[in-house]
Amino acid sequence: MIAEIGLIALWLSAALAALQLLGAVAGVRDDKSDIAALVRPAASLQALLCAIAFVALLWVFAITDLSVKLVASNSHSLKPMIFKLSGAWGNHEGSMLLWITVMAVAGGAIALLERRLPEKTMMATLGAQAFVGLGFYAFLLLSSNPFERLVETPIEGNGLNPLLQDIGLAFHPPTLYIGYVGLSVAFSFAVGALLTKQVTPEFARVMRPWVLAAWIFLTIGITAGSYWAYYELGWGGWWFWDPVENASLMPWLAATALLHSASVLAARDALRTWTIMLGVIAFSMSMLGTFLVRSGILTSVHAFAVDPERGSFILGLLILYIGGALAVFALRANTVAEGKRFALLSREGALVVNNIALSAILGIVLLGTLYPLLTEAFDVRVSVGPPYFNPVGAIFFLPMLLVMMVGPLLRWRMDSPGRIQLPVMIALGAGFATLVLVFLFADVTILPWLGLGLSIAVGIASFMPMRGRSLRRAPLSTWGMCVAHFGVAVALFGMSADSAFQQERLVAADVGDVVEVGPWTATLDAVAPVAGPNWTAMQANIRVRHGDGRDRPAKPQSRSFWSPAQETSEVALVTRWNGQLYVAVGNQAPDGRWQLRLWWKPFVTFIWYGGLLIAFGGALSLVGRLATDLRRREAVRKGNERRQDMAELHA
Amino acid sequence: MKKLISLIMAVSLLTPLPVTAQDTMPPAPLAYQQLDDPAQEAEARDLMHTLRCLKCQSQSIADSDAPMAGDMRHQVRSRILAGEEPEAIRAWLVERYGDYVSYTPTVSSTTWPLFAIPVLLLAICGFVFASRMRRRS
Repeated sequence: MIAEIGLIALWLSAALAALQLLGAVAGVRDDKSDIAALVRPAASLQALLCAIAFVALLWVFAITDLSVKLVASNSHSLKPMIFKLSGAWGNHEGSMLLWITVMAVAGGAIALLERRLPEKTMMATLGAQAFVGLGFYAFLLLSSNPFERLVETPIEGNGLNPLLQDIGLAFHPPTLYIGYVGLSVAFSFAVGALLTKQVTPEFARVMRPWVLAAWIFLTIGITAGSYWAYYELGWGGWWFWDPVENASLMPWLAATALLHSASVLAARDALRTWTIMLGVIAFSMSMLGTFLVRSGILTSVHAFAVDPERGSFILGLLILYIGGALAVFALRANTVAEGKRFALLSREGALVVNNIALSAILGIVLLGTLYPLLTEAFDVRVSVGPPYFNPVGAIFFLPMLLVMMVGPLLRWRMDSPGRIQLPVMIALGAGFATLVLVFLFADVTILPWLGLGLSIAVGIASFMPMRGRSLRRAPLSTWGMCVAHFGVAVALFGMSADSAFQQERLVAADVGDVVEVGPWTATLDAVAPVAGPNWTAMQANIRVRHGDGRDRPAKPQSRSFWSPAQETSEVALVTRWNGQLYVAVGNQAPDGRWQLRLWWKPFVTFIWYGGLLIAFGGALSLVGRLATDLRRREAVRKGNERRQDMAELHA
Repeated sequence: MKKLISLIMAVSLLTPLPVTAQDTMPPAPLAYQQLDDPAQEAEARDLMHTLRCLKCQSQSIADSDAPMAGDMRHQVRSRILAGEEPEAIRAWLVERYGDYVSYTPTVSSTTWPLFAIPVLLLAICGFVFASRMRRRS
């Protein structure tokens, strides 16, 4: 019964999306028409119905209703409750339901809350949102129904991929999807503004908080995914340039560029077409990512089921929406007048460089991700991995960081080099000193070396905009920018330090053996079997000690799950302020010794602290802008009231 | 007798093996153990990080539990120990498994766009920027 309620709710939402589209088409022509009045309620109700469908799915997973096909093939009655629930989106159909739910909620939110733009533009925006939504409803209902029943109820479910049975599954997909699909709002706003010729600073101000919110979640989602891969895969890697990771990075790059160009449009009425273009590209990258991950083109832990029919369905949607948006862009771009002009040495100039560099990096990642797929179609298999992405990306990333140091210090329109000389020199001096020190005292390859120097320089420069200002009175959004830029420096420092100074020890150890790695000594005390709800494991009890410090326990496990049968490695992480000791245990050799893998990873945690700082900076900025906006609205309201009072007094 | 053995082998190949069966054969000694000489180990590690694990999704052989990755690590380490040059080992692996096994990009008739396009991008970026700025000033 619950599953049927979910399915009915989904069909009803799809019908409401169709109504929303029709109403919007009428509303763009005449925003006073009767049917146009239905658009906003239809969008809000759709959000509610999708939420109901989603809760229904959670429900059937929570009670392990094995008569539902999705539950039977992806869940198991013995799984802990948290993995029963998060398993609801740990599969193709459930994740697509999560996708459409986020999309409906985002559309409902703008319908309910956003009243600053001309109504016709809002109609076009909500129409675009409904149009995109319809395609994905069709996909979900026609080819990936999450509520399909089985004729015969099996006795037990198949269980969930053990790699996914982790707390990471509870956080990573929802945050990533909120970001990913939240960008649909940017897409719809861009199409709406283009169709109604309303590419104005006001449009940028309206779009910005929505994009910012999506971007914050996307940042958290990517950071969480990276940390999850790091501790789950058991070999200490935190970014593999895997196509699936790239699929989440590409929308992030586009959204980052969009946020920066939207701030130029909002403040200076420049970069109009470019901002629109980025709005279209950002969500196109989300859809492309969905296609790559869900079509079965890639085989990975993310591609739950390989089904060519679904692949061609998503490919069709992809061509329809991206092609459609680009066609609208091509037809309408010439109606958008070029914005205001500016000098090279100005805030806009720096932001243009930022946009060019981010777009170039996006291009590289896109090329490196798609190229192997392209050649595979011609039976040529090539591998594109870290040795390609790292240096080629750095060509654009490192100069962008230099500009990032300078940009926030510059004034809009035009500025003089003399005014910013001192702070830039201080930051560059510190960075250069770091480079010299590392060169003298360590043997480090070129990219991590440059990264270390630049991260120090950028870290110092990121707070330079606060120089000579009252810290309390500086707007919250300026603080947000400083914190986010500082986060980039922190993450870069973590990545560089980890690649430069990481120490590795792979040994076969007997009980009682002592292993040294970097400043750590580890003693293998015992290896004993332990059991969990749906797995058994061999657990190594290891005592680790940093220098002359106290003993700390590390208990890595080698786990065997039985449904489905698979072995995973549960690593032990011992965290200090300046890094992490990463301990994994492997199999037992015939001579009775155990494989141990230990890494000392200096400052590796800074990578994720940095990611969280970037997201936190975004949140500060969002709160600051919303507060300013509320204050402004309040002031306008009060002004109007007073004017009315005055008018009445005089009358 | 020979016939019997081959029959058993044929049957055992046909029977679907449990996943864990891969691990019943002990891994090659250097799959999970480093070389004693740190310089040689560093050489081996740099090479292993640029070789693809053919059984995994986007992982190097230095990042994988797959038995095949273990065998390849053993190959790399024992060949480095025997004094072979890393590039010679790579060439040997490429000859065996094709270009696919190597992550290190090389310019060839099938991969040149990977290098041409970034150069083109760089040129476009420079051009867009220069023309924008010339118009501005």
